[in-house]
Amino acid sequence: MPTAPTSASAGTTPREFATVFRPGRVPVVGRFALAGGMPFQPDAPNTVRSMALSFLPPGGEEWRTGMNNMPVFPVNSARGFYEQLLAFSPDPATGKSDPAKTKAFLAAHPEAARALALIKKREVTSGFANSTFNSLNAFRFVDAAGASAPVRWSVVPVQSVAANAAGQPEAGDENYLFDELIAQIAQHPRQWRLIVTIGQAGDPTNDATQPWPEGRQQVDAGTVTIERASSEDGGRCAAVNYDPLVLPAGIEPSDDPLLSARSAVYARSFRLRAEEEHEKPPSAVTPEEVQAGGKS
Amino acid sequence: MTTQPRFAAASRLLHWLMAPMIIAMLFIGVGMAASVSRRYDLLVSIHRPLGIAILVLCVARIVNRFINPPPDLPDTVPPLQRLAAKVSHIVLYALMLMMPLVGWGMLSAARYPIVLYGPVRLPPILPHDLTLYAWLREFHTVLAYLLFATFLAHLGAALYHGLIRRDGVFGSMASWEHGSMQFARTNPASIPNSTQTPAP
Repeated sequence: MPTAPTSASAGTTPREFATVFRPGRVPVVGRFALAGGMPFQPDAPNTVRSMALSFLPPGGEEWRTGMNNMPVFPVNSARGFYEQLLAFSPDPATGKSDPAKTKAFLAAHPEAARALALIKKREVTSGFANSTFNSLNAFRFVDAAGASAPVRWSVVPVQSVAANAAGQPEAGDENYLFDELIAQIAQHPRQWRLIVTIGQAGDPTNDATQPWPEGRQQVDAGTVTIERASSEDGGRCAAVNYDPLVLPAGIEPSDDPLLSARSAVYARSFRLRAEEEHEKPPSAVTPEEVQAGGKS
Repeated sequence: MTTQPRFAAASRLLHWLMAPMIIAMLFIGVGMAASVSRRYDLLVSIHRPLGIAILVLCVARIVNRFINPPPDLPDTVPPLQRLAAKVSHIVLYALMLMMPLVGWGMLSAARYPIVLYGPVRLPPILPHDLTLYAWLREFHTVLAYLLFATFLAHLGAALYHGLIRRDGVFGSMASWEHGSMQFARTNPASIPNSTQTPAP
């Protein structure tokens, strides 16, 4: 997947919270990916897209965040996630999930049914570069005096949003989303606004299936600029675990149980990937293609 | 009847300070590797600074061992057991030293930030290398189980000396009374219905 050494510059921000928001440029390495544990899946419009970022502000701190192009997460607990995986796993005989199991899951998890309806309704754009990516989990911004506010954040594309119809996969290109992004970045840097939504008392911080009410204060915390892409082979993004609990001073975990669960599960999957690193086949998106600025 | 000398006070202090830390660390490590609950974050945030504290104390302990050499085992301990005692202590020291270093090294190789507390963090000690990380991560687990097994052998030997042989070896580390303790050198197991008799 393409990585991107980039920079984020601060705008008018909650800069009293974390140094990452102070005026100036902060180096960023990121990773674009598609969700699901299927490394060879062909790109498809409705597959959940992810952008993961690692900000490296001065002073040795680090902020890692993995975001998705969904408005909410389908479940709100590790157990819910486990049960969702079991319910939706394909039956070996038919290759499809068992409708009886998925129905039972949704009946037992009404929060997942509501969240999946919101996810289904989301706007799917033509590619990575015009997708909005959301933190999904809540965090807390804490200032030097100890005052804190619940937050969620998103990166919102500066480039114009094209409806998905414009970006239907070209026949035969299984990596059209990545190929398009690589070509776009080669033309000129792609940018996203880092928008922080400040929650109010009573907004759910421990339930990633629930959107926060409309009209919450939104703060433009800076611009994420992707200046260069690289292949996951030899790139700087692949050997990083985008653990949501790697946070700088001023940003703290909320009471969302998914944060600890994500951290624990990412650590395990990172270890499994590391163990297979030496036998991993070359990426379909080659360093040569990225070097050339896209497929010729 | 002779005197079985005790370990120096500094040696006993270091031993009993580190014993609960190391036992806690083994259970914290196993617990965090098995949890996806909120306890995961808590356990990881204890595991890192506790490991580094053990590393620092272990270095202090090695220095202390040269300043205050341990007392000799009583003559009644057979040669094979002497050898076992010597080897098991070398293994314990090696594991106490290696566990935190391998942990620090594996986090370095994975390029995890090595946060001790708040803004206090350690620099990486190895290059960013996934295959190296995978190897060290596995090594960390193997060493942990080896340390647990060695600890159990150590505990078993201590109880054997303290409860069965009653030869003063257990008291040389476990006694906190002032002055040196005196014990009968005779193997009490060889005396029917014997009780431990301090020398007059």
